[in-house]
Amino acid sequence: MSSRGSWLTTSRTAAVLLPVVGLIAAIGLWWAATVVFTIEPFLLPSPLDVVETFLEQPGYLLKETGVSLLETMGGFLLAIVVGVPIALLIVRSAVLERLVYPLLLGVNAIPKIAIAPLLVVWMGFGMFPKVVMVLLVCFFPIVISTATGMKSTPVELVELLRSLNASRSQEYFKLRLTYAMPQIFTGLKVAISLAVIGSVIAEFVGAQAGLGYVISSSGQSADTALAFAAITLLSIMSIILFYGLVLLEQKLLPWAQETR
Amino acid sequence: MIRLDGVGQVFEGRGGRVQALDGIDLHVRQNEFVTLIGRSGCGKSTLLRLIAGLLPPTYGGVEVAGEPVTGPRRDVSFMFQRPALLPWRSVISNVMLPVEISGGDSERSKSQYRDRAHELLDLVGLKGFERRLPHELSGGMQQRVSLCRSLIRSPKVMLMDEPFSALDALTRTELSAELQRIQMELATTIVFVTHSIEEAVVLADRVAVLTPRPGRLREIVEIDIPRPRSLGQNAHLADVAQISGHLHGLLAERPHDQVDVPEARR
Repeated sequence: MSSRGSWLTTSRTAAVLLPVVGLIAAIGLWWAATVVFTIEPFLLPSPLDVVETFLEQPGYLLKETGVSLLETMGGFLLAIVVGVPIALLIVRSAVLERLVYPLLLGVNAIPKIAIAPLLVVWMGFGMFPKVVMVLLVCFFPIVISTATGMKSTPVELVELLRSLNASRSQEYFKLRLTYAMPQIFTGLKVAISLAVIGSVIAEFVGAQAGLGYVISSSGQSADTALAFAAITLLSIMSIILFYGLVLLEQKLLPWAQETR
Repeated sequence: MIRLDGVGQVFEGRGGRVQALDGIDLHVRQNEFVTLIGRSGCGKSTLLRLIAGLLPPTYGGVEVAGEPVTGPRRDVSFMFQRPALLPWRSVISNVMLPVEISGGDSERSKSQYRDRAHELLDLVGLKGFERRLPHELSGGMQQRVSLCRSLIRSPKVMLMDEPFSALDALTRTELSAELQRIQMELATTIVFVTHSIEEAVVLADRVAVLTPRPGRLREIVEIDIPRPRSLGQNAHLADVAQISGHLHGLLAERPHDQVDVPEARR
């Protein structure tokens, strides 16, 4: 018994197998519930209905997934491009930090769904307002994690670079930014999940494409199975993006697993 | 090589003014090994940072190689209590960091520095570890890498801030033997801060004793014991013990002044 227990906790196969078993069990329960309680398909479709719906129009659903993915990635990358320099400036200048920080907090405090209609007014019905929404949603965790990471650089490392007459930009790029990478990745992992949410809420308002649009329009026609198919695709996308980041981190920062 | 004239340092902290150092006159000759000892909070680390140009003195003059110190110098290296290695850089590229950050001499090429780095790592017994990351090494090995890094540009002056204090006794003995050998070989001038009396005596040509708040030079003790000396077995144990006793007496003076304030660093 104890040897079986240790196989389940240590083996690599078990590490892959166990989540799959859990997933299958959950889907099985869902399916059993629809059969046993004879739930109407427009209230809760069975897993089979969902798969069937997907197989009816895989091209269409995958194309919409592509739209959402593009918006999510676009906004996410833009948030890195905007967020990291802002974090650098905040760390460099205490004045700027006091000036900008409350502003950032204020912007972050706004429920993003509230500005979705405004974005449509300003930027129309295309992809651009969705990308901006994703940017707004995931920009904050990126700024915070980058800034905290750079500030947590050990004093002796900063002093070492000063003793070597390093320039300010060397101190920031050769030391602080690299030192912050593990924390930046923590922020990125939070941000990528938010990014998917951001693209969906943006698509709820004034969109003609994307999984969020599929969900909101299938709600209107009570095509629950279609909504479920879209939701499933969304969560698969979200999981893949998250683990993509995990893999990237392991690849880029082999030193981080050991020193943190 | 190093000249301090009437140097004083005052820190303006939240709790008011703190006089860290006052009236320090010290002249360190070329190729001399001077250790600084004192209780924690006596300003020995501050003194080292003044020489390194990491901190400007509040008053008084600091000169290295006949020039007033205005900032960190290329021919002065600084070694810290902790190894201070960049965790993402391999051993060899940590050693090469000074060359990469502010360049080396014009007469030596980068590949010559690289050869030098390999030589130094060989010298401290780290041959074969060049490609390793710091976390794969023990504390003693990391501090050896740090020593190589501070030697890479063949500094005229090495400033060392309790570099061996975080190591176990055996590693400490080994490294202090290596340091003496390296100093004799490379003819560098070393100022070495420590709170271990024995270490101060074994390493130094002269021991400078600092008294706390404000840090003043209490006495400079000449150590006339032939080299190489070692912390372990030593033909001159009696001499070491006698001088250590004297130093201990100096440090134990003014026992009423023992409020332990963390050492001010900046």
